[in-house]
Amino acid sequence: MGIPSKNWRLRNQRYRLVGEICEKCRAPIFPPRDVCPECEAPAQTPYVFSGRGEVYSYSTVYHPPAGFEKYVPYTVALVRLEEGPMLTAQLTDVDPGEVHIGMPVEMVTRQMQTDGDEGVIAYGYKFRPRMR
Amino acid sequence: MREVAIIGIGQTKVGEHWEKDLRHLGLEALQAAMRDAELERVDALYVGNMLSGELTGQEHLGALVADFAGLRGVEAVKVEAACGSGAAALRLGYVAVAGGLADVVLVVGVEKMTDATGPEATAALAMAADADHEVAHGLTFVAINALLMRRYMYEYGYKKEDFAPFTINAHANGMNNPYAMFHGKVTPEAYAKARMIADPINLLDSSPVADGAAAVVLAPADWARRSGKPVVRIAASAVATDAVALHDRRDPLVLEGAALSAWRAYQQAEIGPEEVDLFELHDAFSIMAALSLEAAGFARRGEGVRLALDGEIILQGRIPIATMGGLKARGHPVGATGVYQVVEVVQQLRGEAGANQVPNARVGMAQNIGGSGATVITHVLVREK
Ligand SMILES: [Zn+2]
Repeated sequence: MGIPSKNWRLRNQRYRLVGEICEKCRAPIFPPRDVCPECEAPAQTPYVFSGRGEVYSYSTVYHPPAGFEKYVPYTVALVRLEEGPMLTAQLTDVDPGEVHIGMPVEMVTRQMQTDGDEGVIAYGYKFRPRMR
Repeated sequence: MREVAIIGIGQTKVGEHWEKDLRHLGLEALQAAMRDAELERVDALYVGNMLSGELTGQEHLGALVADFAGLRGVEAVKVEAACGSGAAALRLGYVAVAGGLADVVLVVGVEKMTDATGPEATAALAMAADADHEVAHGLTFVAINALLMRRYMYEYGYKKEDFAPFTINAHANGMNNPYAMFHGKVTPEAYAKARMIADPINLLDSSPVADGAAAVVLAPADWARRSGKPVVRIAASAVATDAVALHDRRDPLVLEGAALSAWRAYQQAEIGPEEVDLFELHDAFSIMAALSLEAAGFARRGEGVRLALDGEIILQGRIPIATMGGLKARGHPVGATGVYQVVEVVQQLRGEAGANQVPNARVGMAQNIGGSGATVITHVLVREK
């Protein structure tokens, strides 16, 4: 349902972690929202995040929503980026039992979801463990 | 502004109503509320619902429910605010009566969820979250709450079993509520063995998918006083919002929307948390009960679970919660839940809560949460003398 155009629209943030930076208070912003959540000034200057961060919290999903059945079990996490903002992403290349809060992670581009059996494959960011 | 009273309540049993569709569930609750109010005339109808379009293919519930209730011609609209839809509808009804634009307003919350498969319902409920930045990554609503619970345990040093009192209390109270979905006692052993849904949240931490409808009738408090019946007045009606996505919150473990909503309600009612006799909170998951208790000022940060462990949330405790079973045992027909909570507070304030009666209950609070804390609607009800 509209996935190709949506993927195109979100390509910079999904593939390269492009957010924004507030010109007024210099807060880095991800996901991009065009208005600074800290000071409410307009913020449309692109800012590329390093992709490094650490796990703030995580959970392994056993009962997926429609569209994610073939991926279970998978582990989702809140990742605190080293520049400050937090995002939601799946963890990859790691056993669920090895994940812990504070674990250093880095961004990789992976398949996120297929739009039905014959559908378009959406790619985007996931995070994997990183050596300190 | 005029003072507003609740002059009628009605509800259907929560559960799997395979023989009843959306409109008939709504009708049953609505007619019960009208009978209770001993009224036949209505100026406006607000229908709280979240998922009728997604799960049953039916939108346009304002006109539909009005038509089937024999109210054709009346002003009627559907109100949506995710799992907070029910209380959002009540809020609009309150605004209409308080503002003098309507005298008698009917508010019904209704949801029909059990026609859908598990994955369909799971995907539909996730629409309360950020589609592009949470749900696209496979996050379910349970997983969002699991992220909160895991971090809570980490920051404050609680163990999984410390959350059991929320479940045990809700199910103990649900046993005496004929409208509740579940009527079974839960033991600490059963809680420990419950099937994992999204680690660390198990089946008994979660509220069930269900069908149900609840309704209230609003009128000017002056009318209610003339009726000679006990008057339950809406002393506060407050809505606040927060970021929809968990990762966009300043501190995910603080429900700022809930704190703001509760604070506004206390201001309006001119009371503090210590004057609240019972609190119907949004215990969609155990962690939400803990965070709600903290946000509304009943426990300090990190001490919501401690309050439950100390036995303060049971009917005889300092702040009874889920007094008729809460979302876990009464059930959570999402768009109807906010109205069920208020119906139950009215039962308590009228002294009609049976075996679950909180002694001398005079001030009751209900708080309905949309999403993981993005829309929070708080109502304070007061029984007059
Ligand atoms: Zn700024």
